[in-house]
Amino acid sequence: MKLGSDVGKCQGYGNCVAIDEQHFDLDDDGMVVVVQQEVSEGERETTEEAVRSCPVAAIWIEGAR
Amino acid sequence: MSDHVVVVGSSVGGVRTVQELRRLGFGGDITVVGQEEEKPYDKPPLSKQVLMGTQTEDQILLLGEGGFEALGAQARLGVRATGLDIDSMTVALADGDEVEYDALVIATGVRPRNLSPALNELDSVFTVRELRDARELAARASLGPVAVVGAGFIGAEVAASFRSLGTEVTMTEAMQAPFARALGAQVGGLLSELHQDHGVQLLTDATVQTIERSGDVTLVRLADGRRVEAATVVVGIGATPNTEWLGDSGLKIADGVWVDAGCAVLAQGFGPHAEGVYAIGDVARQVDPVTNKDYRVEHWTNAVEHAHAVARQIVDPTSAPQPLKAPYFWSDQFDLKVQMVGRPAEADAVTMHRFNVSGTEKTVAIYEANGVVAAAVTLGWPRAIAACRHAWEARADVDALVSTLSELADRRRTAAL
Repeated sequence: MKLGSDVGKCQGYGNCVAIDEQHFDLDDDGMVVVVQQEVSEGERETTEEAVRSCPVAAIWIEGAR
Repeated sequence: MSDHVVVVGSSVGGVRTVQELRRLGFGGDITVVGQEEEKPYDKPPLSKQVLMGTQTEDQILLLGEGGFEALGAQARLGVRATGLDIDSMTVALADGDEVEYDALVIATGVRPRNLSPALNELDSVFTVRELRDARELAARASLGPVAVVGAGFIGAEVAASFRSLGTEVTMTEAMQAPFARALGAQVGGLLSELHQDHGVQLLTDATVQTIERSGDVTLVRLADGRRVEAATVVVGIGATPNTEWLGDSGLKIADGVWVDAGCAVLAQGFGPHAEGVYAIGDVARQVDPVTNKDYRVEHWTNAVEHAHAVARQIVDPTSAPQPLKAPYFWSDQFDLKVQMVGRPAEADAVTMHRFNVSGTEKTVAIYEANGVVAAAVTLGWPRAIAACRHAWEARADVDALVSTLSELADRRRTAAL
């Protein structure tokens, strides 16, 4: 599984980072950065929670959109 | 497992409950009752993007094509719930219908307070809660000056949005600064400057006495004799939970529907337990099982967290509720993102901290209670709020959070070199 993101949509709300710091970060401008592309089966639940927590749907798991 | 889940409320809490139930494999029937006829939409953009015209109404819809039907849920939109009978496990609807439930999720939210009921009759006086409010306000941007009564978050966002459109804006606040009630004088002072720098005329210590209409002009009279003339008045003075329909249901209701950590409702006094009834989001007043304090939180993230928690409880009633999450919200005003975590009202001290992030100064207000971080507000530094949320959840002390934030500021600068 791989992660996708759209900085055009990102508003810097930071819910993703609060839930899953291993995969998501924000840069100095508050824009989402995917710091780890691969999501293992064991990480999936937390990463999916982070994806669902985004108020503007700026992040997703590839193939699961 | 319940066979029929009824969700009352079709805003983000209700919608997310349905989505999460299906994601968790709930195979029973779902009925959603919603007061508004509109397709479910997201509310935070109403006072910002929708008002400014930077997002269309289609872009803030919460569900894709197919709506609730695509989730296998029956939608009863445009119908209010009028009563709850916890013995027969039935919800009464305004159209005379009754709906039986095995599990009921109350997600009826809040509605804006108004200064007096008579003001609803003035067609130049608005509150902001529903899509139609934002729609009508957006159309009035060119009609002339706007007066915003109440410099809370909705008021300040509305003021910033109109100002960004070039409209003349006066904002009145009963306290000495915007947000002073919620965030204290220091943060309030910074936000006052922000609004004044952008040309908002700010009248503080301003109590509204009357609002009158005279031809095309609406006149806001303040108790101290000052007056504001406007084409449009927006009132943003807080919100009231929509619980009237639950009046004689036997649920415990006092500024919200009281719920436990798993969002299950509490009974009034020694009254009977309401089997299978939950309340979530803005309307829910949740008791923290650790401290026994109760909180009602009117933020988007709280509604979503509640929705996910309640769906899990319905699908697996034996699952243990998680500890209460850090209250978190954001507000966008002009080009500044204001983000808050925690409960400033519980703090006994607040300190302002400044950090150099890639050459730009960022301000963080840290609220302290009994030596630990009770809340934090970041101004224009989204990355910091995630660290503040973790500090709150870990009950970190202020020094530890300051040092984490310093590292975050420095790490960024090093990485950029």
